[in-house]
Amino acid sequence: MGFKSKGCPLRGTGDKMTEIAVLVKRVPDTNAQILVSGDRVDLSAVKWVMSPYDEFALEAAMLHKEAKGGNVTAITLGNADCDKVLKDAKAVGVDRIIRIWDDSWSDLDSNQAQTALANVIRDLGINIVYCGKSAADTGAGSTGPGVAERLGWASASNIIGLEFEDTGVEAMVPAATGNARTGVSLPAVISCDKGFCKPRKPNVKGIMMAKRTQVEVMSSDIPSSSVSIISHSPPPKKAPGQTFEGASEVPSVVAALRNDANVI
Amino acid sequence: MSETIVIAETRDGELHPVTAELVSAANNLGDSTTIVVPSINDAAANSASSIAGVSKVIACVGDCFAAYDAASWAEAIDSCAPSGVIVCAASQNGKDLASRLAARRSISVVQDVVGIDGGTLTQPIYSGKAMQNLSLNGDAVISVRANTFAAAGGGGSADVSVMNQSADVATAVREMIAKASERLDVAEADIIISGGRGMQDPANFANLERLADTLGAAVGASRAAVDTWEEIPHSMQVGQTGKTVNPSLYIAVGISGAIQHLAGMRTSKYIVAINKDPEAPIFKHADYGIVSTWEDALPVLESELKALLG
Repeated sequence: MGFKSKGCPLRGTGDKMTEIAVLVKRVPDTNAQILVSGDRVDLSAVKWVMSPYDEFALEAAMLHKEAKGGNVTAITLGNADCDKVLKDAKAVGVDRIIRIWDDSWSDLDSNQAQTALANVIRDLGINIVYCGKSAADTGAGSTGPGVAERLGWASASNIIGLEFEDTGVEAMVPAATGNARTGVSLPAVISCDKGFCKPRKPNVKGIMMAKRTQVEVMSSDIPSSSVSIISHSPPPKKAPGQTFEGASEVPSVVAALRNDANVI
Repeated sequence: MSETIVIAETRDGELHPVTAELVSAANNLGDSTTIVVPSINDAAANSASSIAGVSKVIACVGDCFAAYDAASWAEAIDSCAPSGVIVCAASQNGKDLASRLAARRSISVVQDVVGIDGGTLTQPIYSGKAMQNLSLNGDAVISVRANTFAAAGGGGSADVSVMNQSADVATAVREMIAKASERLDVAEADIIISGGRGMQDPANFANLERLADTLGAAVGASRAAVDTWEEIPHSMQVGQTGKTVNPSLYIAVGISGAIQHLAGMRTSKYIVAINKDPEAPIFKHADYGIVSTWEDALPVLESELKALLG
């Protein structure tokens, strides 16, 4: 067992400190209306937040450090508007906050974004990356497994349970027939669903500390884009439905589902 | 145009029916479709060969396919699949694999495709609050949502070639914990009956479960219900921070229709809403709205369905 004293960080069982990273993304609040004006979404009026699943990834990273020692680095990809989500991560206790960007970049496709993230993660000597199972804007869930593949690492996605071990983690991964208790050796990328931990709230000291902390900005070479966004459009409108008053109308609805909709 | 490669979806070594939908998607993208069937043997590949409109079937056979492991699956499938646009199912593992395959080939991945029109692909963004239309410049991996394309028919007789693969498994399943109930998962179900906080008490979800048994449906819940009651697990949550579903029939009971719930179920083919509040936003999205308390409506619904379905 190690002991903790000032200036002497608690060490993991290996020679090296566990270097933990958490990927966080700035997205519109999930309660926000998304408007399309012209042929692009108009996000000028939305409230921006850390993507909800990233909050669980952040908590997992902090719990990992508390269980096994190490440092936690929060990483985001985006322009200076995204500093706020890094400050939010700093306020709950991460050690370093890094933003990856280059002013020549605009919307990056998955190949570009994952390349930039993987390059920085490799350079930082990270051993384990936590991220949300998907971001609330794209809903894609591509980043975790894509970054893992580029690094040649193991990954477990959409996890709903987590235990920390000396050389890896044990993750609960949902499968078609149940849940798979899965051993994952480091280095690895773990994408987190909600529900297995409760994200901590920042305290005043943490918030003050976050205000004073500088965001480190890093960049990376990226490939050219291979996806062109043509337009955005509102979701297809459904024809107006029928409304029935009272439980006595239930048989009419059942008949319609049977005879008109053909779904039962 | 060039070759399009479908990665077959399998469950417990058997071909999942969504694979025939992926073939239709692929035939919209290119003029020649190859299916790669990852499995521990060639049984599923032999059933894939009868899907119409397929030019070639590759049985990608390896021990690594005994349980899902992203790294080894991507490695083995990558070495079997020719170059071209790759089409996977937008299932949990299908999307994970799509992302791995794209990264392995240093190309982009486009998830949750719900439309292909010429060279234009459409995917929902912000959980379906808007749609994004895009085009590909070169190869990419795409995942396609279930119920988007009509399944390709049968009667095909494509040649099956077997490619044996060995890839190191990066994660180890230590134990499979079977589901507590045999009930369908909302992500898999063609009919879903969901309850919200209007159900008043988690014990009242038993009423929804009885209906689900009659219908062969899954039981879902709103975020409000999951956040309020410990007894309602997150795995049941439908919405932007839960599961996005696309069933033929979605029955919302005591759910007001918060925007984040609508985002997860609005593409359902038919939506029935039961709510006592005639002003509830869910009614704007329902094909059939019933203004009633669930206490009054559900017993009638149950007896009607029992009479109809036995």
